[in-house]
Amino acid sequence: MGVTHDDVRHIAELARLSVGTARLDELASELNAILGHMDVLGKVDTSGTPPPAAAPGCTHLRSDSSGPIPLAVPRESFAPIMRDGFFIVPRLATHEELSSGGAREGGA
Amino acid sequence: MSTDKYEMVVGLEVHVQLKTRSKAFCGCSTDFGAAPNVNTCPVCLGLPGALPVVNEQAVMLAARAAISLGCTVHPTSVFARKNYFYPDLPKGYQITQFDEPLATGGTVMIDTGAGERTIGITRVHMEEDAGKSVHDRFPGETAIDLNRAGVPLIEIVSEPDMRTAREAGAYLRTLRQILQYLGVSDVSMEQGSLRVDANVSARLKGEEALGTKTEVKNMNSFSAVERALEFEFTRQCGLLERGETVVQHTLLWDASKNEARVSRTKEGSNDYRYFPEPDLGPLVLDPDWLSMIKLSLPELPDKRRARFASDFSLDAEDVDKLTADSELAEYFEAVARATGDGKAAANWVMGEVQALLNAGKGTFDELSVRPADLAQLISMIRDGLVSHAAAKRIFSLMAESGKPAAQVAHEHGLLQVGDDAALAGWISEVMTEHPEESRRYIGGERKLQGVLVGFVMKKSAGKADPKRVNQLLVARAEADAGPG
Amino acid sequence: MKQTDFADMPASVIAARVAAGSLDPVQAVAASFAMSREKKSGRDGLNLVLWSDEKLATADASVLKETMGPRGEGGSLAGVPVAVKDNIATLGLPTTCASRILAGYVSPFEATAVTRLRAAGAIVVAKTNMDEFAMGSSTENSAYGPARNPHDLRRVTGGSSGGSAGAVAAGIVPIALGSETGGSVRQPASFCGIVGVKPTYGRVSRYGLVAFASSLDHIGVMARNVDDAALAMQAIAGLDPRDSTSADVPVAPYCEEFVSIATTPSPLEGLTVGVPAEYFPEMLDPGIRALCDRALDALRSLGAKIRKVALPHTSLAIPVYYIIAPAEASSNLARFDGVRYGRRESGTASLREMFGDTRSEGFGPEVTRRILLGTYVLSAGYYDAYYRKAQSVRTLIAGDFARVFAGGVDVLFTPTTPSTAFSIGQITDPYEMYMSDIFTATANLAGVPAMSIPIGRESGLPVGGQLIAGHFAEAAMFRVAYALEAALGGQAHQ
Repeated sequence: MGVTHDDVRHIAELARLSVGTARLDELASELNAILGHMDVLGKVDTSGTPPPAAAPGCTHLRSDSSGPIPLAVPRESFAPIMRDGFFIVPRLATHEELSSGGAREGGA
Repeated sequence: MSTDKYEMVVGLEVHVQLKTRSKAFCGCSTDFGAAPNVNTCPVCLGLPGALPVVNEQAVMLAARAAISLGCTVHPTSVFARKNYFYPDLPKGYQITQFDEPLATGGTVMIDTGAGERTIGITRVHMEEDAGKSVHDRFPGETAIDLNRAGVPLIEIVSEPDMRTAREAGAYLRTLRQILQYLGVSDVSMEQGSLRVDANVSARLKGEEALGTKTEVKNMNSFSAVERALEFEFTRQCGLLERGETVVQHTLLWDASKNEARVSRTKEGSNDYRYFPEPDLGPLVLDPDWLSMIKLSLPELPDKRRARFASDFSLDAEDVDKLTADSELAEYFEAVARATGDGKAAANWVMGEVQALLNAGKGTFDELSVRPADLAQLISMIRDGLVSHAAAKRIFSLMAESGKPAAQVAHEHGLLQVGDDAALAGWISEVMTEHPEESRRYIGGERKLQGVLVGFVMKKSAGKADPKRVNQLLVARAEADAGPG
Repeated sequence: MKQTDFADMPASVIAARVAAGSLDPVQAVAASFAMSREKKSGRDGLNLVLWSDEKLATADASVLKETMGPRGEGGSLAGVPVAVKDNIATLGLPTTCASRILAGYVSPFEATAVTRLRAAGAIVVAKTNMDEFAMGSSTENSAYGPARNPHDLRRVTGGSSGGSAGAVAAGIVPIALGSETGGSVRQPASFCGIVGVKPTYGRVSRYGLVAFASSLDHIGVMARNVDDAALAMQAIAGLDPRDSTSADVPVAPYCEEFVSIATTPSPLEGLTVGVPAEYFPEMLDPGIRALCDRALDALRSLGAKIRKVALPHTSLAIPVYYIIAPAEASSNLARFDGVRYGRRESGTASLREMFGDTRSEGFGPEVTRRILLGTYVLSAGYYDAYYRKAQSVRTLIAGDFARVFAGGVDVLFTPTTPSTAFSIGQITDPYEMYMSDIFTATANLAGVPAMSIPIGRESGLPVGGQLIAGHFAEAAMFRVAYALEAALGGQAHQ
């Protein structure tokens, strides 16, 4: 299973990491080298061992009226850009002129 | 081009906001309409180090919905992460359920207009909502409000069992009504507590294999869903007729242009990399707790319809109107039982009460005419204490003041006069004032009775009991006519 | 208070004196800062401390003094200066995870573990250096430069909790919080000659620990001796409703175990110590092997029975770890997008560019490498072969421990690391670096508690010995550690 130059470009895209073309080949080799060590797992018989379902134990439930966790300092103190109480970002390039929460495929 | 040789195949994914006080994974309020980002905390802001904790009430409402849709609720289900980037998705992933959802395998009966059909429900699962991105507030920028991020949702996925746009509409209306009855959601498309994504494909009639489906999003009403389905089906049929293939796209409905456009985002770039949520253990539901939910389910629409029809001897159309909304149905039932007169209660509720609600007296909580008050008014009519005309006036006054019927009638002098002496007096006055009509009436022209009653009503400023006036007039006519 | 006094004073003694009124907590804090300056713990020296605020810490100490009751009820750690690894949220001091992407970020909430330490009277004096986002085994992956080992400035402290380990080793604080995902508390503890403890998964709340790999992350404690480590663990352990993975298991009284040890001739009588063959491979450094043998002799002299055991899936730990950890990390680090906090690349035309540039500029090369690896092993077509497979093998690894503990073994003894502290810049191959976790990662995968204590020196560099116990058996583990520490005495530091 070889990681190619294109694979790296694709996963960098999925992970929103801008990887320069020069780095693509280098990263592909690094990842291949690391993954090479993982091949040994393919030979292990796990037919009787299903993977665990999420965290151990079962999940605690919280009361609907437990109340919010307070912030010790206002949002403005850690937000890069806030205006009128909103977090501000550059406009989506693929944004459609539609109500929010509707079309979200692909995203930013 | 005719689409006759093709069959539409529709599956619907409905997202429903659960009516909890706090969010799915944190204690922030879910209140609608708060100032931006006021209802946020480390968890729903996705701050480093924050962790999700499941809201018990969200689980309860989700289970209740799933049970009512006839699903098998799984005692163990697993939360999963759906990973993608969007500015109003604070963690860069949504906590949802993937391989092991809360419930699977239910059904909903719909009335297609040409009979009943069963629509299958593939699954019901829990997930959290994302925030809101506002694109038109600041030029060149997008404003993010995370008040909605983390609000609990259930996603209800149907089998691709619908065959017409109308069936899709019927399914949505039926589903909405059930959920409203259960009290699990406000189910309002306008407010965004109910959203619909449609999957539609076309195939030759008689063909068993499914065609390639496309996804249509961004419809903001049930009728928009129906129109969007028609549009997309027609478009697909057109492609197939020309020998072209249908490409698996996502389309966005444009209500102003009545067309669906392909979303400009890249396809295939969305590998969500689902994996079990490591911050949450499996959701394990106690069987006794599930039984308790089953037993405490409120009466569902179809059962209520049947009961109203038999208990109150109402026809199907009236039953449908009265059960459309569970609060209206409860209001009606309270009035009907108090008066013992289902028909009268039905008329008043479908008439004056509905008009009052439509005129913007919003919700039942705000309605100033309580069921007991309306029941009293109906009884007063039946007992002859007020006339029908007066009753309508009394109802308006009750709506304005919130006071009970008897009090309003008294204060405004609207009580009917049934005292024979007073009535006889008025009748005599009228007959004196209108000798020509009176003479002709007594002479035998019975059709003038209505006119004379009208004069009496006017003289009495509407207070005379018209039924009694009629009786007295007839008696007077017989008396005056004399033998022969 | 004399610097030399402070440098050696156990936390338990500081707390006792503060409670008795014979030590002013403000003095203890001042001594800590003085030591910090003396040892050059900042950027231009050992680079152990990233952020500190003497005014703030002094104010906290003053408040403690005022709120302490007349009989000195200040808590089990009253007045004790503590350091906190920079991936654990604190109020007042930044939490940057040694990454540019969180430069300047001050958390608006605090980690439960820190809140509990403060409730016990401890004073937070420093945030310590670490490998960026806890990804590393040397604290060389910090955006703020490598930390230096107080025993040899040319060598690494180990990682990722290197700053915390060094701060304790240098006498700046008696107790520090660190975090573990594959051994990041025990390994630096071993390299720095101190005690490092990883509790059972879920024993200590993760609320406030910046997530790296959620199913493997633990907050751990570091101290100069076992008693202090147990004291700190006692203060922070326990169920937390804010962490759904935190365990609803009562916390045993750890330090009570120690009282009888001094007076009992064979304190470990009836106890079986397992020695897994897989942790003593042929090519294990002979110096380390000799020190382990000496420790085993000490355990025998304390009355313990030594038994050879097998943990056959041990060699699979690194491949399993390096699939699961990066996978979960790739998802946990997706929140760093510049929208709501942290660094943002400004001047970008589109949102897509903002995300890409912010993350690429903000993350270092090891973090980038692991995010890519993690994204790959979760991606369509590879999920089953990699992530799902690794989780299944993980169950086998956990099964090894379960079998051994069910078979009458109370604790396991192994070397903590395959080598002593290597030189800064010596290891450049990523996978070779990953192999530093070879003896420690198994405990993270199985969730069992484990700790490292100093067992001697090799060429002057500290060597750690590791104890591993069954789930929630910290009390037994501490007991053995305490007894061994006492038996080795000064030899552990020679």
